[in-house]
Order: sequence, then structure tokens, then C-alpha cells
Amino acid sequence: MSDLNSIDALEAEIAAAVSVAPDLAALEELRVSALGKKGRVSLLMRGLGQMSATERQQMGPRLNGLKSSLSDAIASRKQALEYAELEQRLANETLDMTRPVRLGPLDTGRVHPVSQVMEELAAIFADMGFSVAEGPDIEDDHHNFEALNIPASHPARQMMDTFYLPPRDDGTTMVLRTHTSPVQIRTMLAQKPPIRIIAPGRTYRSDSDQTHTPMFHQVEGLVIDTETHMGHLKGCLEEFCKAFFEIDAIKMRFRPSHFPFTEPSAEVDIGCARVGNEMRIGEGDDWLEILGCGMVHPQVLRNVGYDPDEVQGFAFGIGIDRLAMLKYGMPDLRAFFDGDLRWMKHYGFRCLDVPTLAGGLSP
Amino acid sequence: MKFTLSWLKDHLETDKPLDALTEKLTMIGLEVEDVSNPAEALAPFHVAHVISAEQHPNADRLRVCIVDTGTEKVQVVCGAPNAKTGMKGVFAPSGTTIPGTGMHLKPTSIRGVESNGMLCSEREMGLSDEHDGIIELPEDAPIGAPFASLAGLDDPVIDIAITPNRSDCLGVYGIARDLAAADMGTLGEGEVETVPGQFDCPIDIKLDFNDVTGEACPIFAGRLVRGIQNGPSPEWLQRRLKAIGLRPINALVDITNYVTYDRGRPLHVYDAGKLSGDIGARMGRTGESFEALDGKTYEVDETVCVIADEARVLGLGGIMGGTYSGSQNQTSEVFIECAVFDPIRTAATGRRFGIDSDARYRFERGVDTAFVEPGLELATHLIMEICGGEPSHVVVAGRAPDTRPAIDFEMKQVKRLTGIDIPAPEIRYILKALGFWVAGLGDARVKVAAPTWRPDIHGPADLVEEVLRIAGMDRLPVQSLPRLSTITRSVATFSQTRSRKARRGLAGRGMVELVTWSFINRTQAKHFGGGQDALELLNPISSEMSSMRPGLLPGLIAAAIRNTDRGFADFGIFEVGQAYRGIAPEDQYASAAGIRCGQAKAFGSGRDWREPAGAVDAYDTKADAMAILASLGVNTDKVQIVAEAPEWYHPGRSAAARMGPKNVLAAFGELHPRVLRSLGADGPMVAFEIFLDAIPRPRSKSSRSRTALDAWTLQPVSRDLAFLADDTLPAGDLIRAAKGADTALIVSVNLFDVYQGTGVGDGQISLAIEVTLMPREKTLTDDDIDAVMNTVVAKVEKATGAVLRG
Repeated sequence: MSDLNSIDALEAEIAAAVSVAPDLAALEELRVSALGKKGRVSLLMRGLGQMSATERQQMGPRLNGLKSSLSDAIASRKQALEYAELEQRLANETLDMTRPVRLGPLDTGRVHPVSQVMEELAAIFADMGFSVAEGPDIEDDHHNFEALNIPASHPARQMMDTFYLPPRDDGTTMVLRTHTSPVQIRTMLAQKPPIRIIAPGRTYRSDSDQTHTPMFHQVEGLVIDTETHMGHLKGCLEEFCKAFFEIDAIKMRFRPSHFPFTEPSAEVDIGCARVGNEMRIGEGDDWLEILGCGMVHPQVLRNVGYDPDEVQGFAFGIGIDRLAMLKYGMPDLRAFFDGDLRWMKHYGFRCLDVPTLAGGLSP
Repeated sequence: MKFTLSWLKDHLETDKPLDALTEKLTMIGLEVEDVSNPAEALAPFHVAHVISAEQHPNADRLRVCIVDTGTEKVQVVCGAPNAKTGMKGVFAPSGTTIPGTGMHLKPTSIRGVESNGMLCSEREMGLSDEHDGIIELPEDAPIGAPFASLAGLDDPVIDIAITPNRSDCLGVYGIARDLAAADMGTLGEGEVETVPGQFDCPIDIKLDFNDVTGEACPIFAGRLVRGIQNGPSPEWLQRRLKAIGLRPINALVDITNYVTYDRGRPLHVYDAGKLSGDIGARMGRTGESFEALDGKTYEVDETVCVIADEARVLGLGGIMGGTYSGSQNQTSEVFIECAVFDPIRTAATGRRFGIDSDARYRFERGVDTAFVEPGLELATHLIMEICGGEPSHVVVAGRAPDTRPAIDFEMKQVKRLTGIDIPAPEIRYILKALGFWVAGLGDARVKVAAPTWRPDIHGPADLVEEVLRIAGMDRLPVQSLPRLSTITRSVATFSQTRSRKARRGLAGRGMVELVTWSFINRTQAKHFGGGQDALELLNPISSEMSSMRPGLLPGLIAAAIRNTDRGFADFGIFEVGQAYRGIAPEDQYASAAGIRCGQAKAFGSGRDWREPAGAVDAYDTKADAMAILASLGVNTDKVQIVAEAPEWYHPGRSAAARMGPKNVLAAFGELHPRVLRSLGADGPMVAFEIFLDAIPRPRSKSSRSRTALDAWTLQPVSRDLAFLADDTLPAGDLIRAAKGADTALIVSVNLFDVYQGTGVGDGQISLAIEVTLMPREKTLTDDDIDAVMNTVVAKVEKATGAVLRG
């Protein structure tokens, strides 16, 4: 018959053995020998039945306490041993994380600066209520010249270095559009005022040297309603330049010029500083011409069936490639169309750099 | 248009500094392109006194001079034969760079004698080719004075860009008029006094035109001047012509050039001794020709206006005279021509013969039709002043055309078009200062006629421009366009959105966007279904850029070759742009096309320790095309893949993606090796073309709300089945048959293995698919699943002949 003292000794003995059990197998052996069906603690508990009520009252709680304390000790030792084993396994599980991994397509893909700038333009002008219009690259003489008040004899025609295609069957002269202005005509013929559009696209002139390529990009702007005047033109272009160059303190000046399809006509310069080969917009005392514009010529309005006494508005044309060069600092226009992957990796944009006014135009 | 400041001041009395004048020129529409002062390069050169010039002790041809520069006395060794004691010369101190030779002067020792600085010749100064000796200045030249101002070279040269409408500013007087109108000074008297004729002109002028050609030369005035002495023109005239880049020829030629630039009035002077009978203007006759002053012989015909006497064609009217009747140094009798030529015909003739002359430039833009006789008088004055002689009476044939409209001008048009409130008196003042005739006293409406020198003025808008440019564009208000809606509306069209998504999508698949030329080599175009005559440029930059491209691939292949040559092996490039099937607007189509080279897979390129990419193949470009189509809203399950790619693809390793029987959405695959070789590409390339315009527009929906989500509550189950099939069987057919076995339960069929080789007979292929079932109402038992699989096997066998692999 055991007494309380011997139970204490048993508890101490088993607890000591548990605390130094070297591994999970030894611990399991200890558990079986103590708490298993024939374990020493189980046997003692089985003896409770033969005890007197008084004895049982004393020994019952004690034996239950013994069982639970040993169970806890074993569980805690088990966890410790498991952790130790995990630690040991992890110590052998290593990866050389300095090995390089592929960054994948998001890293290599690029969007061309011309496309990027076109999207920037669309974002800015959309906010001023302009929609984007389009027209064909292969134009007839009428849309590219006649309707824009550039008759065959006009010196401006010679200045434009037009590319010609064989005449259409009906004898019409076909050209590659020398500017995006024919989209003005197509738009005005297709809809009634009020009109607010921009028309970005490819344009062509047979000119090829350091600063000219036979193909380039322009964006045309056209506003027609009953009250838009040159002050609105100035306001619109100032807001555009501030938004596009992301510079509030931009200096601009309007300078009289001549285009056959606008009257009055102006060229717009922005203030800049030339630092070496770099052009810094918004600084300095130099002026840089960036666009041509004016009030739509009354003859052009008449040519599309509008009454110049009733409606009026402005038009402008900007070189997109040049805008891109000014904003992002590419030195050479010709590289835009060379397809050099080094150039594209350097000057191109990532696919997630989607320009928005709210999120920022440039990455 | 170049002129000098002193020349401008002949016509404009002003005390404004140069930079104020040039700034104003630009701001009134006469854009200053360059201002240069020859005196700046000559700044170090000053008048010096040669106190003594002694023989050099060690050199026969050299002299040792003591030179008084005004500030010091220096010793200079000089090789000029005319260096002598007491002369005044031009001295450049050490440190000067000599403009004519680029030599930088340093203190030196010449044959043992110290020399500091240099006495200069005209060639060394960059003034002429004269190098026989040093410049000898007059005795009264002040010692130490700057040479440039003494020589009249301190005269800034201003170069302005004249827009095609401003022919009136192709003469210095017109520029002065604009500046005076802009309050920059007082315009000089423009009237030319007539020179009374001394005798009747022995040569009569005839205009021989019909009703159609009559405009070619509406007025022709002339006169004879006899007893003249031609020769070099005086220094002031030569200096002015040289300053603006013209070469002095002789007095008579120089005078005509001078009047051209001074008043925008081209003239011609004939050696009267060479003329036969009367002179006149008429249309040319086929068979006639003449040698022009440029030394070339031109054959004229009935479309060309010529000047002729009774024996021969003398020149092209308004463009260029001939050598035969040109004035020589010995010319003693001249006939002066001052006429007006039709701008359109002059331009056409000039273009046809490729002649650019100062006369053509002015006549094709329109000269002042009222300045015919005054121009003649001005030339007479100058000839008599410089060459002497005795003038005849003036002969005039025809009359000056005057097509100036009287314009009804409402003053409020200025405010309407510009937004600026310019007071009526100011408007009136500006117009009058520019030479406009303004009638009517009211502030609301006036009648305006343009001066004869402004053929570009047609209506009220032109007048508004005149007022605006002189009043100043800095007065334009800055006004925002009224907002049409509080919140920005969507303005992109479907086609724009489609292009943008394709672009960003392809960049997101690791490809690099390029922009390539719209025109390509014709041979290349032919390989890609193009090269038609109608799409061939008549005046290409080069034969490499002569055909409008039929598609985007040729340009991309060329770019791929260039990049391969630069050392790139693995890359994907694409373009989103337009190509041309014909010349009509609807023949232009939008395409997104790309090429993958080497091992440029969508997930990454080339060798890698973990996941080597392997060579790209036709399936990579199928993936590109299908992924973009899916991104553009195409249900790719409904797209048929058919072996109908265009001929520039490999016949067996390519396909087209079609929707319905006709609508081809895309083509992809390996490019045809023969096509690649003819374009100069070495290795294989895979490509795709997505025909953006062919993609159907999504149906417009009344609501943005999506249909309810069909989310499963039960676990999907999968079974793998391997089939043995004839190796010509399209896997797509097998997959479609398997899917059709139970359209309710089968949610996907995935081809996960393809095998040929050991265990699979010749001509056969093993296709292994994973069939996934989605139980809807109750968990499927093994028996249920087996039943479905049996149906799949039966359907596949029936449809394709493929049997379950044992």
C-alpha cells in the first residue's frame, strides 16, 4: 500500500526522468511506463477501488493530481523535444537566397515614349473636355490642303515637303498627311459645333536630317463653339503646359505667326534654360518654340459649311516627339524610330506606368 | 531676310537700342533668327601708328617695326612689303585670334628679334582675299580707335524669318514700316522722286497675252539710260550687299540687288546694245530656249511667261534673266525692266525649272503692285548717281492690278476673336500706321482697304491679326475653357481603348514596344501581301522607304535584325499601329504585332539556373495573341484555331484565330524561313499579328451589374485520362469532344501531357488530359465519376478515333 510520501517520491522520480528524456521515443516509453494501461500511475489509480472511503478521499485527489502533473510534464517535454528536432531540421534546410531570380515580364516590358506621351496628352485634354479624334494617314489633297485654305499655288505647300502617292482613279492627288490638321476638317464635316477634340497621330514630310525624320507625330487640337477666343487658347495651352511638364512656374509667350488655316495665328514659346545639351523647362531666359496655333480661319469654317459669323474657335498643332524629348530628355529624334532595345530600356516606360491626372502623369 | 541696323535706320528714325528693336520684331511676327555683329570678331583690332620700320638684321624680307598702339609702344616683326615708317595700320595685340587664319598670336621671336602682335592684311581680317600687303589706313585715322567702326563694319546684321504672307517685309522699308507702326520710331519718306526723261525711249514695250494668260504680266515699265559707266559699285553698296551675304558683281547688278532688298522690288537691267527691236512679255513657244544667268539653258513653252525682244527669249519673267543681254562692265546703255508677274505662274515656273532666285521669291509671294514706276525711278536715281548717264522717258505697258477688297470691319471683331478690349481709336491708329485706308468715323463699323503691298489681307480676321500683332499678344487674357462637366467624362473610343490595352498587355508580357516607319522597302512589302502600285510613294526618301506597309511585321523583323546585330539574342518586340491595304481611309487598319526571338518567353528570357526558358516557338506567340484577345473581351473558348495563317508564316507551324467563318482576329506562328531569309534574318523567329479592328465590340449594356457568381459549395474532382490517337489528330478536337461528354458536370479539360516514343506506336501520339468535374447538388460517388469518364472515353473515341491508353 502506498502512502502519500511514496507518491511524492514517484512523482519526483518520473518527473525527473521526463525532464531529461533524450528524445521522443524515450519520452513515449516513459509515458507508457507511467500513464499507459499498465503504467505505474495507472496501477495506483486502479488500487483506489479497494480503498476505504476515507483513504479514497485522501488518495483520489492526490493520484489525479499526479496523473495530470505528469501528463503536463510529458506534453511540455514533448513540445520542447519537437521544437528542438525542428530546429535541428531547419538548421540543415538552407537556400542560397543570393542566387538571382527572374523579375519576369513586368521588368522587361516597355511602352514607347511616343505612346506614353500620347496617353499623357489624352489624360490632360480629357480633363478639359476634349475627346480624341482620328483620321487616315493617306489623305487626299482636299483634306490635307484645299479645305485648310492651302491652294496648290500657296508657298506653304512647297514648304511642307509632301510625300505623294499615285493619284486616285478619279484623278485626285493623294498624299501622306503633312500634319494632323485634316482631322479638323473630317471632324467638322462629321459633327456640328460645339466641338472639342485632340487628334494625335503620325505625320509625314520628305525631310530627313539631324533634327527631322520623314515620319513624326503631331497632336492637333480644335475647339469650335460660339464664343471661344484667343484668350481661351492661351488659357488652354498654359494649363496644358503646366500639366504636361508638371511645372507650375512655366513661362509662355505668344508670338504672331502665319498658318494658312488660322487667322490670327501665333507660335508659342516656353521659357527655358539651356544647360549644356540639356533643356530645362521653367528656368532661364531662353525661349523655345513648342507649337503653332490660332483662331480657325473663316475660309476653313466656310469650307466645312459653317458660318464664320456664327461660330468660331481655335486650333493648335504640337509635335509629340519633340514634347517627349523636352520632357524626358532624349537628345536625338532619329532614335525614336530606330527600335534600339538599349534606347527603349532606358527611355521606355513600364506597363504599369499608366498616366492619369489623379495618379500622376509621369512615373 | 537679312539686313543691317544702319540699313534699317535709313528708313526708320529711332533711338531704340538694338535689343529693343529685335525683341519687337519677334513680337510683331517678324521672328528674329539671328543677330550678329561683325565688329565683335574684330574687337581686338585697333588703329596703330608705325613709328619706325627698319630692316630686320637677319632676314631680307622682314622689317622690325615699332608700333604705337595708343596705349603702348610695341616691337613687331612684319613681313609685308608695304610696311613703312609713318604709316597707319591695323594692329592685333598678342592674345588675339586672327579671324582669317585662325592663328592665335603669342609673343614670339622671329629670327632672333622679339615680336609682339601683328599688323594685319585684309585676308587676315577675314574681309577679302587681299594679301599683298598690310592694310594702309588714312593718315588722319585716330591712333587706338577700333578698326571695325572706322571701316564701317560696326553694323549688326539681323536675320529674320518672314512668313509666306508677309512679302511686304522682303524689303527693309517694309520692316521699318512695321516697326514704326509698333512705336519703335518714325518711318522715313518712302516716296521716290521721278527723274525726268531726256529723250523718248527708243525701245517700246509690248504685252502679248490673251484673256487666259493676261495675268502673267499685267504691267511692265521700262526706260533706257545711256552714256553710263559700269564698273565696281561704291564701297557703301558693296559693304551692305556683303553684310547680307550677297556677292557684289558690278554696279548695275548690285543696284538691282539693292532695290530688291531695300524695297522688295526686283528689277532687271538689260544691256541695251544687245537688244533687237522692242521688248515685251509673252508666253514662251515650244522650241525656244535661252541661257540663264545661272549658266544653264532652259527650254520654254506656252505655259511659261518670258521676256523677249524681237530676236530671242531674254529671260524667264520674274525669275531670272539671260546671259546674252546681261550687263557687263563695258555696258554703256541699259534698259531697266520693272514689272509685275503673276505669283501662281511664277511659282509654277520656278518649281518646274528648279530655280530659286530673289526675284522668284518675291514675285510668288506678291510684290507691291503700286511700286512699279517708283521702283523704276529709284533704280534710275541709283544708276545715275553711281554710273552717270542720261535717262529716257518711261514707257509703261499694261496697268497695275488692284484686287484689294473693301472690307466691312466691325471693330468688335477684335474683341470677339482675341478677347482683348482694344479701344476703337487704337485699332484705327494701328491700321493707319500700317498703311491701311480706314473710312468712316464711327467706333462700331468702318470700311477698310489694305495697302497695295499687302496682298495677304482678305477679310476682317486678317485685320484682327494686324491689330493684335501690333497691339501685342502679351495683352491676350488668360482664360480657362469653361468646364463642360464637373467630373471629367470618359472620352476614349473603343478603338483607342483597344489599342491601349493591347499595348500595355504586351508590355506586361515582357515585350518592348517599338515605333517603326510606315513605309518600307517594296520587296519586303510584297512578301507581306503589299507592294501595290497605289501604295508606292512617288517621291520616297529612299528605296528602303517607298511602300506603305501592308503590316507591322516587316518593320519589326528589320528592327529584330538590327538588335541581333547589336548583340541581343533573346527579346520580344511589338508595335501597335496602322497598316494599309489600300489608299482609302477604310483600307487603313489597326494592328498589334510582335516577334519573339531566341529564348524570350513571356515569363523570362534565356538561360537560368532554375527555369531555363528554352527556344521560343509558335505556341509562345499563340499565347501572346490569345492572352491579348482575352484581355480585349474575346471569349477565347469560342475562337477557332484554323491552319489558315497568311503565306508569310511557316505553313505547318502557324494558325489563324477566327471567330465565325470569316472574321480573322489574329494570326501567329513561326515566320516562313524563305521570307526571313529574303529580309536578311538568320535564325528562326516567331510572330503574331492581332487585327484590332476585327475584334467585335462588346454589346452595350444597360447596367454595369454583373451576373450572380456561380460559386461552388462542393469540392471539384479530377481524373486523368490518356488517349492514343493518330498523330495528325488536332488536340483541340479531342478536348472539344471530351468537354461535350457532359456539359453540366465537366468544367475544364486540360491537356497536361503529350508523348510520342517508346510504348506509343509509329504515327500515333499519346494525349493525356485532366478532366475536372464540378458536382452541383451532391458529392459524386466513385461510380458517378466512373460513369462520366466512360462517357468521355466513348465520346472521344467516336469523335476522333482516339482510344484510352491501357
